Amino acid sequence: MAPTARNDITTRAYFDAATAAPLHPVARQALSAALDDGWADPGRLYTEARRAAQLLDAAREAIAECLNTRPDEVAFCASGSHAAQLAIDGVRDARTAVGALAVHSAIEHSSVLRAAHRGPSRQVAVDRFGHVDMDALAAAVAEPAVAVAAVQSANHEVGTRQPIAAVAAACHAAHVPLYVDAAQTVPWEPLPAGWSLASASAVKWGGPAGVGVLAVRKGTRWARPWPIDRTDPWTVPLPLVVAAAAALRSVRVDAATESARLSGLVARIRAEVAATVPDVEVVGDPVDRVPHIVTFSCLYADGEALLHALDRNGFAVSSGSACTASTLQPSHVLAAMGVLTHGNIRVSLHPGVRDDDVTRFLAVLPKVVADLRAEAGVADL
Amino acid sequence: MNDHDAAGSSATDVLDCRGQRCPLPIIELARTLPTLAIGTVLRVLADDPAAAVDIPAWCRMRGQDYVGSPAANAYDVRRLS
Repeated sequence: MAPTARNDITTRAYFDAATAAPLHPVARQALSAALDDGWADPGRLYTEARRAAQLLDAAREAIAECLNTRPDEVAFCASGSHAAQLAIDGVRDARTAVGALAVHSAIEHSSVLRAAHRGPSRQVAVDRFGHVDMDALAAAVAEPAVAVAAVQSANHEVGTRQPIAAVAAACHAAHVPLYVDAAQTVPWEPLPAGWSLASASAVKWGGPAGVGVLAVRKGTRWARPWPIDRTDPWTVPLPLVVAAAAALRSVRVDAATESARLSGLVARIRAEVAATVPDVEVVGDPVDRVPHIVTFSCLYADGEALLHALDRNGFAVSSGSACTASTLQPSHVLAAMGVLTHGNIRVSLHPGVRDDDVTRFLAVLPKVVADLRAEAGVADL
Repeated sequence: MNDHDAAGSSATDVLDCRGQRCPLPIIELARTLPTLAIGTVLRVLADDPAAAVDIPAWCRMRGQDYVGSPAANAYDVRRLS
């Protein structure tokens, strides 16, 4: 059964799960239990240490099972962004004889772009829906001196899935390891086949903040930047990892039902926003997408004002508009897709969202946009 | 070669939106273009980084012709309707 207490029933609806899903109740229980039983150094040999080691092993096995990988291929770190950096740095370090070029799609997460841009890199364009240009990608990985290709499983801002099977085939043919940032799909499903390195983040599935997951396929040349295994226990926040594993296992029990329900809600948002808000562009692939993310841009509306107005109406959403970013740069994802960047709102759902929350949102949104346009004197445009 | 020649068109009307942040340059463009004769090219000067994406996107949504960017922070739009 889906947890129901994760939104304040009367006033608030939280629609920013692509940033961080609310803490799953099972994570809280597991965290508390692990603080009681998992405080000892799991590398020692006495009873308390073995208990901690068992908790860590069980958590690693649970997460490996959810990713469809082997426990010894899974490492933990501080965040999804940290995992991205470890993946790309580590593969570059191990492949210095080949080269350092990182090939990446134009719409990777900023943490992946930051890691890629620490060395030579090549960007591959995407189409209006956000799908990577496969011909360009295959040509880029076939060039000499490529250390790694980085392509996400699905985009964090618009929800579009990438054709990972085709990407993996191109990388395999060129003998280039593929790093898949799977942060937006791991809450729902195992890693897509064909990865050499993959990463995820526990906050995306209702685990606690502070847990990133890095998977490195056996046989992949990757240099471990520092010990992140049981021989150095304090690099693993054991209680947080235990809580993250419990939450992932729990959300996966209902994943089929919830992904169908949330996908239906997203389809409804896509259709109704397009029908009820004038001059709106709903972006991303309408079908080939993750269940929980929908993004749209409202012409002539200020993204920051829109976000605050929705917040006052009880809805937590995010925005890719420049005015909402600390850099004042528009979202590189929306820019690469060539879609309107101002007046942008991203709604991302989680199992705690009730159908009624979406109904209320759809009832409020047209007036919120209309009021902002009226205030700005652009209603006639 | 002056700016107009660089655009390969007779861009005679200039809309200066420098210093304005998104979505103001797009709003000004939407206000100004209908006041010009059909076929006219309007040069929008805008230094907000969102303009480079939003001006072509606006043209696509509004059925106008995005001619191109003849120089940094300059965007030419032809009125089609």
